[in-house]
Amino acid sequence: MANLTDRIKISDRLAGAAAWLVLQFFRLFEIPLSFIQRIVGVRGMPWIFLLPNLAFFGLFVVIPLCINLAFSFTGGTDLYLSDRVYTGTEQYGFLLDCETFGDPITCREDRFWKGLYNTATFTVFQVTFLVLFSMITALILNREIRGRGFFRAVFFFPVLLSPVVVALIWKWILLRDGILNAFLVSVGLDKILFFVSPEWSMFWAVFVSIWAHMGFYTLILLAGLQAIPPDLYEAAEMDGTSKERVFWRITLPLLWPNLLVVVVLALIKGVQIFDEVFVLTGGGPGTATQFIVQYIYNTGFTEPVRNFGLASAASIVLGLVLFVLTITQLAATRARDNG
Amino acid sequence: MTLNLKSLLTVTSVAAALMASSALAQTELRMMWYNDGSEGEVMQTILDRFEADNPDITVVLDVVPYKAVLESLPIQLAAGAGPDIARVTDLGGLSEYYLDLSPYVSDTEYWETSFGPFLNWLAPDSDRISGFMTQLTVTGPYVNKTLFEQAEVTMPGDGATWDDWATAVVVVADKLDIPIPMAWDRSGHRVAGPAIAMGAKMFDADGNPALVDGGLKKMAQRLYDWHQDGTMSKELWGSVSGSTYLGANEDFANAQVVFYMSGSWQIPQFANKIGDAFDWWAVPAPCGDAACTGMPGGAALVALQDTKHPEEVGKLMDFLAQEENLAEFYGKTLFIPGHLGLATGGVEFATDDPRAKHALETFSGAVPTISQTAFDLQGYKNNRVLFNALISRLNEAIVGELTLEQAYARMEEDVANQLAELNR
Repeated sequence: MANLTDRIKISDRLAGAAAWLVLQFFRLFEIPLSFIQRIVGVRGMPWIFLLPNLAFFGLFVVIPLCINLAFSFTGGTDLYLSDRVYTGTEQYGFLLDCETFGDPITCREDRFWKGLYNTATFTVFQVTFLVLFSMITALILNREIRGRGFFRAVFFFPVLLSPVVVALIWKWILLRDGILNAFLVSVGLDKILFFVSPEWSMFWAVFVSIWAHMGFYTLILLAGLQAIPPDLYEAAEMDGTSKERVFWRITLPLLWPNLLVVVVLALIKGVQIFDEVFVLTGGGPGTATQFIVQYIYNTGFTEPVRNFGLASAASIVLGLVLFVLTITQLAATRARDNG
Repeated sequence: MTLNLKSLLTVTSVAAALMASSALAQTELRMMWYNDGSEGEVMQTILDRFEADNPDITVVLDVVPYKAVLESLPIQLAAGAGPDIARVTDLGGLSEYYLDLSPYVSDTEYWETSFGPFLNWLAPDSDRISGFMTQLTVTGPYVNKTLFEQAEVTMPGDGATWDDWATAVVVVADKLDIPIPMAWDRSGHRVAGPAIAMGAKMFDADGNPALVDGGLKKMAQRLYDWHQDGTMSKELWGSVSGSTYLGANEDFANAQVVFYMSGSWQIPQFANKIGDAFDWWAVPAPCGDAACTGMPGGAALVALQDTKHPEEVGKLMDFLAQEENLAEFYGKTLFIPGHLGLATGGVEFATDDPRAKHALETFSGAVPTISQTAFDLQGYKNNRVLFNALISRLNEAIVGELTLEQAYARMEEDVANQLAELNR
């Protein structure tokens, strides 16, 4: 008994010493922080605490954005801004010079417009089916089914893979001598050259992208579904409400905030699509799956004449599209919150 | 006091010796390198000898994918952060970043007599010595001769035209159910030779680039037709966008292709991969209306001007360029020599493979038949602008996004726009 008391005393003393050390450690900051507070005042202190994050954001987002903007008003192939020729809005004029905006071939920089239209097509299909499949999967995984944990892991697993790995796996499946064609031949069908057909290429670009990202969005929706109070469903059940009506009247409205986040995130990621499709189809056949980010990459980095000015102008246009999408999200969220 | 002075001297001497030895090991040169076959290993053995003779210099051979040499190296060079030495194929396009080795090599006359015409490819606007050719290449076709024998079809002989070959390979492929009768590397450089054979001039009377003319249209029309009628598979050219390079070497090695338009650099790879599995046979460049020519080209090892050790780079390049070292390099790698002395004197190639020997003889023998236009195009420092416009726009026509006429117009616009940007 005496031993136990001694041990407790020792542990108390150790805990006290540790607490004292922690206190002393934080007191180290007290003097400089008090000094700063005297200078900037209490109202200025939040900015001091935000400073590390702001510095990081400025260094890696704001400064590159400004440099990019400056590049878009220059021409030539020099890498350093100081060596480049000022061209005003010439690069934007070149990008936006079209006889008919609906027909990329009539545009001076046809590949930019093809990239834009391809991106829009991809985004519409990818976001629609991504949200739909994520929703269905989340609804299924939210039910008491056998092996629920296993299936949640299975659906989330592709999210953990690198986009390049995802694309290579599917490329090997879809090539002329890939697994899928081997299967088609084994059941008496002809091989399909998927990457030669524009329609098939776009289909697989959308499919692979959904396969790779669905787990992440499913998780968000699943979290939303689990946050819906069960007593609402119990009350509906007692009232004899049909399952369809429960879904439309209870599940969907209460899931709306999560759904909105999923739609906007998927839209932004869709517009930014590059790596998976670049590895999977290389942008082909022709320019059928060449998206706007690949256009920027090619223009700035793979052409023999590296047109950094034009690539920068195109990326500013892309930035504006993303800005509009973000504003839309904010507006929709606020509208929802307000009423 | 005497003891103290002695101790001081001893300590100082030891310190000086340590500093000197560390200074000896301080120069590290980085060489960016890509491999077509086993040339990296051959180069490493020669570098090991250099390091043994020069213990104060270490050379790191950075082996990278070919794509990195095409796409990443130019950006590194523009940023002033490139390696000391690199193996490149855009010989003239990167020339602004090359170091003039003249002050650092022991005998500039040796360089000029050994590498004369190729030095101009590396320095189109000056008399600089910037490097040497690790291989001279000639574009041309390989044929799966075994398939011709199995199909009992006679192979077109010397002087055969592109149309003769196209007809013959389709018959072979049909008889043996081979998926790809004819394949070409997806590269503007590969198309240029046959286009010149059809009469393409590539330059106007003033020497300015003029990509689209009757000769080019004749070859482009054939390529378009062959893709539509199945002579060529759209899998290679049609399956990617822009000017992305794709080769059909894997398909040819797997006997999925009857006729493969590529070049001499494939010899070591085919000797290694195919061996005697079937008779892979290099044939002379097929003829067009104007000539029977391929395109010359090659890879060069160049010194780069941002190096902090120009003297050591010069020493290394001088060592590597010596005839005995290059004879070993070309001989073991099965590359066509880019050294005039070795080209005329002959190199003992380290192979007993009759197919490889025949291919080396075929491509070496093709050098005198190469059209002057092809040499001029290879020497033009912005030739990649033309090659890329050609391949990317022709591809868009082949997959049906543009008509051939629209593609020609776009090719000219692309070349004009890119050259204008370059000349700002």
